[in-house]
Amino acid sequence: MNNINSSDLSVTKLIEKSLEKRNQKERYFRIYGLSSLVIAVVFLLTFFASIISTGYQAFIKTDIELEVFLDSEVIYPNGTKTAEDLFFVDYDSLIFTSLKEQLPELKNRNERRQARLILSSGASYHIQNKIIKDKSLVGQTVSFILPLDDEVDMYLKGYVDTESSENSRKITDFQIALVENLNKKGLIHKNFNTTLFVSGDSREPELAGILGALVGSFMMLSITFIISFPLAVSAAIYLEEFAKKNMWTDFLEVNINNLAAVPSIIYGLLGLAIFINFFGFPRSAPIVGGLVLSLMTFPVVIIASRAALKSVPPSIRDAALGLGASKIQTTLHHVVPLALPGMLTGSIVGMARALGESAPLIMIGMVAFVVDIPTSITEPSAALPVQVFLWSDAPERGFAEKTSAAILVLLVFLVLMNSLAIWLRNKFQIKW
Amino acid sequence: MYWGIKKMMSIIALSFLLITFLNFRAGRSKALKIRENTTIHSLPEYYGYYTAFWFLIPVTLIGISWLFFSESLITSFVLSNLQKEIVNFNEIQTLNFINGFKNLSEGRNITGEISLLLKEAASLYSYFSTVSNTLLIFACLSIGLFGFYISINKVSSVFQARNAIEKYINYFFLASTCIAILATAGILFSVVFEAIRFFGLVDLDDFLFGLKWSPQMAIREDQVGSSGAFGAIPLFVGTILISIIALLVAVPIGLMNAIYLSEYSPSNVRAYAKPMLEILAGIPTVVYGFFAAITVAPFLRGLGEFVGLSISSESALGVGLVMGIMIIPLVSSLSDDVISAVPQSMRDGSLGLGATKSETIKKVILPAALPGIVGGVLLAASRAIGETMIVVMAAGLSAKLTINPLDAVTTVTVQIVTLLVGDQEFDSPKTLAAFALGLTLFVFTLVLNYFALRIVKKYREQYE
Amino acid sequence: MEEELDSNFITVGNIKTEKSVIMNVEDCNVYYGDVHALKNVNMEIGKSEVLALIGPSGCGKSTFIRCLNRLNDTIDIARVTGKISLDGQDIYSDYINSSGNMDVVLLRARVGMVFQKPNPFPKSIFENVAYGPKIHGLTKDKQDLNDLVESCLVKVGLWDEVKDRLEDSGTSLSGGQQQRLCIARAIAVQPEVILMDEPCSALDPIATERIEDLISELKQNYALVVVTHSMQQASRISQRAAYFHMGNLVEVDSSEKIFNDPSHALTTNYISGRIG
Repeated sequence: MNNINSSDLSVTKLIEKSLEKRNQKERYFRIYGLSSLVIAVVFLLTFFASIISTGYQAFIKTDIELEVFLDSEVIYPNGTKTAEDLFFVDYDSLIFTSLKEQLPELKNRNERRQARLILSSGASYHIQNKIIKDKSLVGQTVSFILPLDDEVDMYLKGYVDTESSENSRKITDFQIALVENLNKKGLIHKNFNTTLFVSGDSREPELAGILGALVGSFMMLSITFIISFPLAVSAAIYLEEFAKKNMWTDFLEVNINNLAAVPSIIYGLLGLAIFINFFGFPRSAPIVGGLVLSLMTFPVVIIASRAALKSVPPSIRDAALGLGASKIQTTLHHVVPLALPGMLTGSIVGMARALGESAPLIMIGMVAFVVDIPTSITEPSAALPVQVFLWSDAPERGFAEKTSAAILVLLVFLVLMNSLAIWLRNKFQIKW
Repeated sequence: MYWGIKKMMSIIALSFLLITFLNFRAGRSKALKIRENTTIHSLPEYYGYYTAFWFLIPVTLIGISWLFFSESLITSFVLSNLQKEIVNFNEIQTLNFINGFKNLSEGRNITGEISLLLKEAASLYSYFSTVSNTLLIFACLSIGLFGFYISINKVSSVFQARNAIEKYINYFFLASTCIAILATAGILFSVVFEAIRFFGLVDLDDFLFGLKWSPQMAIREDQVGSSGAFGAIPLFVGTILISIIALLVAVPIGLMNAIYLSEYSPSNVRAYAKPMLEILAGIPTVVYGFFAAITVAPFLRGLGEFVGLSISSESALGVGLVMGIMIIPLVSSLSDDVISAVPQSMRDGSLGLGATKSETIKKVILPAALPGIVGGVLLAASRAIGETMIVVMAAGLSAKLTINPLDAVTTVTVQIVTLLVGDQEFDSPKTLAAFALGLTLFVFTLVLNYFALRIVKKYREQYE
Repeated sequence: MEEELDSNFITVGNIKTEKSVIMNVEDCNVYYGDVHALKNVNMEIGKSEVLALIGPSGCGKSTFIRCLNRLNDTIDIARVTGKISLDGQDIYSDYINSSGNMDVVLLRARVGMVFQKPNPFPKSIFENVAYGPKIHGLTKDKQDLNDLVESCLVKVGLWDEVKDRLEDSGTSLSGGQQQRLCIARAIAVQPEVILMDEPCSALDPIATERIEDLISELKQNYALVVVTHSMQQASRISQRAAYFHMGNLVEVDSSEKIFNDPSHALTTNYISGRIG
């Protein structure tokens, strides 16, 4: 290395030689990185496109408008007019009478049967409920908007291949002709599907709604929050501010970290064995679901709360203690309020996760078919993610779009919750 | 009648809260009165908290215990009263009977006929429930007021109320922490207990090393142990096969994602990419499962036909792919944390020597970050192994022992769900097998997580 | 007396070097976002000399030194204007690779850097020194590489201490040894200029002395630009010194002049300890 210049030149030449290959490797590496990002974006877009395209039609329902004569001879055949009688009336015959007027070309029994099947089996309840509310309607001709059968609904939304043979689908060519006839007469309407949001589950796709699942999920999440938030925050406060650093607290910390990573189905097993079998709680009730989800959310919120507490600088504590406040006063009056936004953010994120969990709920029996909207936390109920699971299994085509719609509703809630958490974090975060 | 009881319970609960508040006022006023003449140790409200506490806590404790234990106690009272009539019931009949009279007494609909026995049981149940409710209120009131009486007598100028309250708060914090231990204990207890009963029926070796899994066959009692129908190896292999496919998808993509975002991307790309990854992470697994079953599986099958391969519609490949996509955000964020932990001075040192960015990443940063990345991969693996919904909705039910990713396989979690969904006696070997599987899953993920977290922790300490 | 200097201020003293010029800086300005961190710096750097950069904290010494090997490129908000040349070539515009982009790789191989806190890679001692030659493809075979590593470790005086444990991790050495390892690593790439950003500030006095001796030896074959906080150190090791004050290069001259009879009042104040 005595003569700088000559050895420098050869070194420079060597490096220049290596440059092209190295720059090429650099380019490729960059491309790998970018493409990995692109893959994730492509998936997300495909996913949303797929869900939205299968689900958006679920927000529309098809109805038929019929003028139904509420023949009092059919409604009160015995002459008595008690309230209970109204439950046992054959409303379907009234509907069919009205339908026949619109379709005079029905020749034989087979054709009449097919015509009857165009309407939903739930149509009669519409009539029943309206009469119960206003008994004076009996004897008049009233206009009703009645739900159509799910196969007709699918046809009207374009999902049925009219070219295929009749055996491969549920709706017959004759029924299609009838429906087109009614459509030409302007009797078929497309409306916003309120049924989806005001009804509970049903065997018939056109009558099924997510209200039961929404109420169930809401109840469970409330229980989860009420139980896990105070307890997790207290535990985090204890571990972060009061506990001495010894073997026990290390053990606890390891324990909590492990609990946060335990698969959710194990929590379901816990709920089944202990809450349902040992303590006798009712199956598929929100109280059990809430308890199981609380146990699941508890470690997650502890970890987030501890991080929030850690981020409060020691100078705050020193200042309070220096004024003569006790440890508890320092913690509760000064530290916790400052850490609270972080703790809330963490628990909202934890609850968002709990909202989407279905495995533990399936374990505690929520796969049962529940029609009624739950009114208390001890009644059997459904939950939104479990509803998605149940509907995805159903054979009727009508449930496919409903599943996607339920998924969209679920995703909307999740996005709302996560956005709330992010907003909270941004608004109240103090940069120390 | 049921509604009436619910309303009454809420009113009673509210009145207890009101009494608690009154006790608070009583304690505080006594303290205020004392303060008129002498100095007292703590602020008056602490005395109020003290007296309120000694009313509320006994009430709450009694209430919670009642909540947990009353149901089973009442049920067993009803059953023991009707001992003669139900002595021949087997377990399923007993369960149905219990469900029946509970529903009947609460005014809910019953399927099937309502026998006289059921009606009698229902009325007994209502009777005992009313008795227990009354006892509850009476016990709460008396013990609560007794606590109040004792506590208010303690209120004096020298009584250190604030210290007492702070001690109680401390205990509360500690108790909350212990719930974490309780949860673990609960999991262990419930799962181990049932699993041990299972291993009383089926040999541990047959379970862990058996090659045939067909629990549906083992319905007859005599078939259980001998038919070797509970060999879990196909399940383990299926689980690992799907998890490996998932990791093969998630680790390269997630890691490169993290590298690109932290080392290369301009800040505006990062601003869009990070929220996008968070959205991906927030999609519930049941939705991924739906997507896997409805979109991915048919797509793969069609692709297979196009290429001439037979890809099952429940193939491990399809499940693994979707599971991999689900794990990408996890791997990405863990790797991002780990790579950021490598100090800037290391990058400067490498760049200062004339290394390109990719050389710096490949030869300096990644080797330095390797323990952390390995820990992250282990955590991701643990997540894949414990995942339930995607596999339940998109994977198969038959336990085929194969490593061909185009075949349908089943996993541990699928079997747990399948075995427990539906009405079974709690004692049947099928149900217990689910707990044995659960125990295996829990132990395995526990060990995996423990090592993963330890590796990551050690790695972090290196740079702090 | 922390007043800023007039925006038309011209450096006092002698910006030229007596040795042959290896690097030349003309009208260099550095902006971090809106902050004008370095203002109108002009100076020459000569081969085989030690140039000390002194001045109070935050005056721009580190910013300046990072311009010389374009390490400021890694900071998003940094913007550098002016012309800096190495051996006549503009280090910003003349270093182009085959895709037409600026290629700093070659520049940084010719202008090496040693940092304030020793930062050996978490690799073996051997691998630390071998890293540079390996990525640049400087050696033909294994024996070549071994010889190169040995000669660099000998030059920094580490060889005897580590020759039996070359496979040990670089981080297992003491602070002073780590810094010498970093210097060995830098010279393994055979640079022409070595930049040192407060190389001894994290070391104890004995280690510092060894490094200072090493610097004096190295100046025979390299140009060294050393940022230092200690005026005593600067006067010990350097032939020329440059005083920076709040982003301006106030005075450049021979070390003898700067430390005994500076021309500018601000320099005098710093030397005498009234500011800093």
